[in-house]
Amino acid sequence: MEKSYYNPKDLKKFGDIVDFEPKLAAKFFDYYGEVFKEGALTAREKSLIALAVAHTEQCPYCIDAYTEDALTRGVSEAQMMEAVHVGAAIKSGATLVHGVQMMNKVKKQSM
Amino acid sequence: MIKSLKASGNKLAMIENQLKLLAGEPFQTELPTFVEKLKPLNQFPLKPSKLEVFQINLGYMCNQVCKHCHVDAGPDRKEIMTKEHLVRCIEILKVNKIPTVDLTGGAPEMNPLFRWFVEELSKIGVQEIIVRSNLTIIRANKKHYDLPDFFKKHNVHVVSSLPYYQAGKTDAQRGDGVFAKSIKALQELNAVGYGLEGSDLKLDLVYNPNGAFLPNDQGELEAEFKKNLKKDFDIDFHSLFAITNIPISRFLDYLVASDNYEEYMEKLVMAFNPAAVDGVMCRNTISVDWDGYMYDCDFNQMLDMKVADKRTQHIDDFDLKNLEARTILVNQHCYGCTAGAGSSCQGTVA
Repeated sequence: MEKSYYNPKDLKKFGDIVDFEPKLAAKFFDYYGEVFKEGALTAREKSLIALAVAHTEQCPYCIDAYTEDALTRGVSEAQMMEAVHVGAAIKSGATLVHGVQMMNKVKKQSM
Repeated sequence: MIKSLKASGNKLAMIENQLKLLAGEPFQTELPTFVEKLKPLNQFPLKPSKLEVFQINLGYMCNQVCKHCHVDAGPDRKEIMTKEHLVRCIEILKVNKIPTVDLTGGAPEMNPLFRWFVEELSKIGVQEIIVRSNLTIIRANKKHYDLPDFFKKHNVHVVSSLPYYQAGKTDAQRGDGVFAKSIKALQELNAVGYGLEGSDLKLDLVYNPNGAFLPNDQGELEAEFKKNLKKDFDIDFHSLFAITNIPISRFLDYLVASDNYEEYMEKLVMAFNPAAVDGVMCRNTISVDWDGYMYDCDFNQMLDMKVADKRTQHIDDFDLKNLEARTILVNQHCYGCTAGAGSSCQGTVA
């Protein structure tokens, strides 16, 4: 076993998941490839969405991959950080909106 | 201003140290050499096609010291092409009718014979004269202020480096204040008609990544540059050439110093595109150094890898037939020209 849960070199082995179950892996990679193709959204817009989600999911592999992807597309540091803030805002908003649930319960059970 | 590797006594200023590095890890155990990649494609030895571009390096002197410069150019470099060699180049071009002459440096405009040479090229009817201008030279000294008019008079195709459409990344790579001067120079080129839609006065920009990563889609980058340069500075240009940084000279020094070398080489190898091999620029180009020696490309020039045919290594012994039959010399740095959509002085090739 590795001495840590994450190893940067494992990102390059992502494709190896086909070794244990090829059929589902092939479907996933086909789907993944299709999703990131230029469509109603540009490849650049999709890359920035992926970067934001990579952060909210806190996936180090995805952050590595999509930071590099953004760099290669000439995305500025400010644009990258704004994308991360969008993710953070949704994440914190999602937390805070649950505060209403807490408030509802407090109000219902309090005199 | 930083010094060139040569002036600062950096060990990579010694070409043998660069070649030693390129021959070492990760190519000893983990990664295939460039030759090993070419062999299964029946592309080794790599052979030239018809000679279409005569690229002349007018000297290594430059008013800038860019961090990635593969020439290791700068104000402290004194190598400069003499009239004797320039005259010989004109004789070669008169006889051999090579369609494109590509002038580079350093800052080619800093060669005192630059204007005379362009006028002579114009007189003998060279089809296309390209000048690789760093832009800031136009604003560096009063004597250069009229360069846009001079370029226009001789219908020179201007190709200029601009690594980003904002100041931060540009100045980080090319030096403080370079972006502002480059913008001013581009506006002056636009003012005389360069880069405008439908204009025959060609103005192209060169993008190269600002670090240890590869360029993405050239068209996408061009669209971003056009949108932002127009919006922020009312600048027009024709095409953007996305060029991969080649791991030699100052960029190699950066890769090693920042501990990115092995990872960058792996990226280049992983991105190897067999379809790019046919279009690599060494197949239709000859690069001439300030001292008249010839190379398969500007990068081989910087690694002192002269053309393989010893009978025609110097312009005094120029022989088109032998040059077009030569074997092109390759090394691990060549992966830079075959990664992704490929890379050349004219941008992507595949």
